[in-house]
Amino acid sequence: MSSDLRGKSAIVGTGHAGFGEAHGLTAYDVMAQSALAALGDAGLRLSDVDGLFCTMMEDSMPALMAAEYLGIQPRFVDGTMSGGSSFVNYLTSATMALDAGLCDVALIVYGSNQRTASGRLVTASRPPAYEAIYNPRYPISAYAMAAARHMHEYGTTREQLADVAVAARAWAQHNPEAFERGPLTREDVLGARMVGDPLTVRDCCLVTDGGGAIVMVRAERAKDFPKAPVYVLGSAAQSSHRQISQMKDFTVTAARESGQRAYAAAGVSAKDIQAVELYDAFTINTILFLEDLGFCAKGEGGAFVEGGRIAPEGALAVNTNGGGLSCVHPGMYGIFTVIEAARQIRGDAPGLQLNNVDLALAHGNGGVLTSQVTAILGSQATL
Amino acid sequence: MTASSGPDATFREALAKNEFLLPQCDDCGKFHFFPRVMCPHCHGAAITWKPASGKGRVYTTTVVRQKAERGGDYNVCVVELAEGVRMMSRIEGIEPGDVTIDMAVRAIIGEAEGQPAILFQPDEG
Repeated sequence: MSSDLRGKSAIVGTGHAGFGEAHGLTAYDVMAQSALAALGDAGLRLSDVDGLFCTMMEDSMPALMAAEYLGIQPRFVDGTMSGGSSFVNYLTSATMALDAGLCDVALIVYGSNQRTASGRLVTASRPPAYEAIYNPRYPISAYAMAAARHMHEYGTTREQLADVAVAARAWAQHNPEAFERGPLTREDVLGARMVGDPLTVRDCCLVTDGGGAIVMVRAERAKDFPKAPVYVLGSAAQSSHRQISQMKDFTVTAARESGQRAYAAAGVSAKDIQAVELYDAFTINTILFLEDLGFCAKGEGGAFVEGGRIAPEGALAVNTNGGGLSCVHPGMYGIFTVIEAARQIRGDAPGLQLNNVDLALAHGNGGVLTSQVTAILGSQATL
Repeated sequence: MTASSGPDATFREALAKNEFLLPQCDDCGKFHFFPRVMCPHCHGAAITWKPASGKGRVYTTTVVRQKAERGGDYNVCVVELAEGVRMMSRIEGIEPGDVTIDMAVRAIIGEAEGQPAILFQPDEG
């Protein structure tokens, strides 16, 4: 997104459903409940929706399945599948479609029942032929190898990785919507079952059910809705590879480029951001993205997160809902980075509400550090 | 064009004959992996297959942990070959957790998932 689109669209509703375990519900049921919740939040109805932005873990045409389920005939559909970053990416395409008059009410929506359906990641994605024969555990082996390389190059420690999980849990303990709210110490993380060296099961995101939805309109009518509007000030994407073996430098993600362009479009920099919502599929993600998005220098992410510095009362508010590590992770987490960023700005975060948040960052990651999408959201005061 | 003329088939047919070939671009001289009909570096379409040196270093590594009754722990790694390309593989002949980054390794043709595959072992020489 260029700066021409700065503040042209706004989020006027957010919703979610099926957090934790959604017994007896299909992924599309959870998707639909999420859509209804977000539209209710915005004071709108499904019949108002004429732009649909959706992908799911199942089927090859999930956006069309969703439209059919919801009983709508959208005139604009974007089903771009870039993994968990898709839903941050839709902020760009929804803003473009709204600005061009291709739709008037954009619904971004996702749902999954992966926990109650199978208890593991369900994906229609085909394993890459030149990797699959070596039986990497998808996706953890990829992130484990990124963590190993970061430790090798920069001396990052397992203790520092563990502190990311501990901080996420500390935020989650204040969030009644979070799935895991029990105490968690560094020793708990280090002593948990090793699943892919150097990552234990507590370095890995949750496997939950859940769905989320966002309603967007053009900025000019954004003040006509019940909740305070949250404006999209900038959003940008970059993809760098698909298979982990093709990633050029396992310690540097394309978040560097997506972040720089999102900041430029919004006219802000990392130091201005008050709430940072990152896709933390694994503890190494948070460290990589804090570095690549400019919150600390490359290689310093381990020290940056150490000892509660990204926990409540720390130096930087990161993943204030508990993240994918402790709040919710239904296959793809990306939409929840946007929802939590928006709620922090609106002042109705479900857990710890930060004071007077005007600028928040939502960052989506897709695949195996494959697709990076950064969005900067702002309050009315930032326009 | 016969069914076996594509880059994927060329690589696999060589492997079945105990040969490890890598595609090299005629235009820019760079190697690439996985095999393609074009060079991902300069986008040239003239590709020649060359015998791989088989020499490489471990770029990064992990151990996939699983219960002994399901086959036990095993190594998954990414090797950077002397030709400059990277590939996923595993290191044989050493405990999975003893594989280290930068370790010198040499390719062997073994079997993975019932098909011929490039594996590596520590390069002593």
